Amino acid sequence: MPLILGIETSCDETAAAVVEDVHEVRSSIVASQHDTHAPFGGVVPELAARDHVERIDTVIGDALAAAGTKPRDLDAIAVTVGPGLAGALLVGISAAKGMAVAAGLPLVAVNHLEAHIASNSIEHADFVPPAVVLLVSGGHTLLVHLTGERFTVLGETVDDAVGEAYDKVARFLGLGYPGGPVIDALARDAGPGPLDLPRAMMDGSYDFSFSGLKTAVVQAVKKADARGDRLDDAEVAAGFQEAAVDVLVAKTVAAVRDVGVDRCGVAGGVAANSRLRERLESEADSYGFALRMPSPGLCADNAAMVAAAADARVRDSEFDGLHVAAQPSLRLDGVWTRTRT
Amino acid sequence: MSSNSDSSDRIRALSNSPSNTRALGRALASVLGPGDVVLLDGDLGTGKTTFVSGVAAGVGVEQPVTSPTFTIVRDLGGSPRVLHVDLYRLDHMSEFEDLGLDEALGRDIVLVEWGEVVRPLLGESVCEVLVSYTETEEASSDQRSVEFRLSGPAWSARKDRLRRAVATAGGSGPVMGAGAEAD
Ligand SMILES: Nc1ncnc2c1ncn2[C@@H]1O[C@H](COP(=O)(O)OP(=O)(O)OP(=O)(O)O)[C@@H](O)[C@H]1O
Ligand SMILES: [Mg+2]
Repeated sequence: MPLILGIETSCDETAAAVVEDVHEVRSSIVASQHDTHAPFGGVVPELAARDHVERIDTVIGDALAAAGTKPRDLDAIAVTVGPGLAGALLVGISAAKGMAVAAGLPLVAVNHLEAHIASNSIEHADFVPPAVVLLVSGGHTLLVHLTGERFTVLGETVDDAVGEAYDKVARFLGLGYPGGPVIDALARDAGPGPLDLPRAMMDGSYDFSFSGLKTAVVQAVKKADARGDRLDDAEVAAGFQEAAVDVLVAKTVAAVRDVGVDRCGVAGGVAANSRLRERLESEADSYGFALRMPSPGLCADNAAMVAAAADARVRDSEFDGLHVAAQPSLRLDGVWTRTRT
Repeated sequence: MSSNSDSSDRIRALSNSPSNTRALGRALASVLGPGDVVLLDGDLGTGKTTFVSGVAAGVGVEQPVTSPTFTIVRDLGGSPRVLHVDLYRLDHMSEFEDLGLDEALGRDIVLVEWGEVVRPLLGESVCEVLVSYTETEEASSDQRSVEFRLSGPAWSARKDRLRRAVATAGGSGPVMGAGAEAD
């Protein structure tokens, strides 16, 4: 049964994990660069690549040690090849190739977006197609239909990703980075009557738009400033979060019902958002669909999901050669490979 | 030959809607060619990406334009190739050099949001676009000022063509800024 080392360096996190049979996470190490990048409010490509280079060997070593595994016990190495920052992806890919050669192991190239979707399979053996998945992160906002064979992107953002809007609003309010957890926590403290902000594209489409919400926050704060008022940060955070989550939930529920599936998954860093989880849970209850979400620790970038995403291909010996290259603009499109349980 | 903003030529227009801002982007596209660099600045959420989507459509890019903040550089394809760059997450000029855009800078059309920080790294010929909230009491929240600041001989030569294109881009029509007639 496949024992796979996963490696993930597409953006902020240097991560490695050892996973057996999709469900058994033997180890999962994530070294976050948030501390390094905090003052910048985001990822600095050069820093990101340099940090990955510095940490990758230790992170892989720690993952193997924590799993009590030697490279020769592994069946394959799975590595994220895109989408992501070119320089950052290369670090993980080079490490994976180096180890593959040294230990004589086969390589599996993994799409980061597929890996996020697979993060649901780790803890939920019943997360199988057909299903609708909401994939929400700093760089992506997608609604995906998984049939037995394929991914179909039902809709995606036409401008900003939802996590990007969280980060930008947090930075604009001077709350720091990353914006998701700060706004989530602040919104919890808000009194009743959050700031009323627009919900975009509630027109029956599955596409999203968050740039108007971002701009509405900026304009509301500036307008209050001009009056000599200062809006309460918690009130702004709550208003922003309610508007963002309303749209995510409404479109996800609509997709589940229209497509006619009874399973729904959520994935990506924003899937850890407490308000999104609680609102989706209550919708799942009232409409009667099964909602599967990774535990918060598996939502943000990690390597366990990369190993899980490679499982079916390892079983079928569908390996990639040592020529695999970084694909910064890889899309989610194509064959769903994890139909087996 | 100084290229500071005081000696540059300015064209200013008011936009009343996102589509109006995209039309101004198309106006700029009508005078763009290979090797041109456009820097876009203005507060968070003013409409830089919206403007770029108009530029991209105007130069024949087929794919939709979304915010490049997360990926930092996005290749929009087209011929000449269009690169959409966003430096929101970068704080130092040196990081721009690490993006490896040297080749692209002389050959492609490079559109850079939050680009002010790299102005000193670029040659004399640059078009800067400043998108601002107008912030007047009576103005609608959708109103923006879009100001083109043209530096260097390559842009001086195109100033009149751009001004005409901006004038026909609709909205409330162009408003000439202080430096517009200066040349
Ligand atoms: N006249 C206008 N011109 C441009 N955008 C407008 C206008 N009126 C309203 N908008 C809205 O303002 C928002 C501008 O968002 P956009 O992402 O384009 O701004 P941006 O300057 O690129 O933001 P950022 O600072 O995050 O890069 C969009 O939702 C757009 O529809
Ligand atoms: Mg933008």
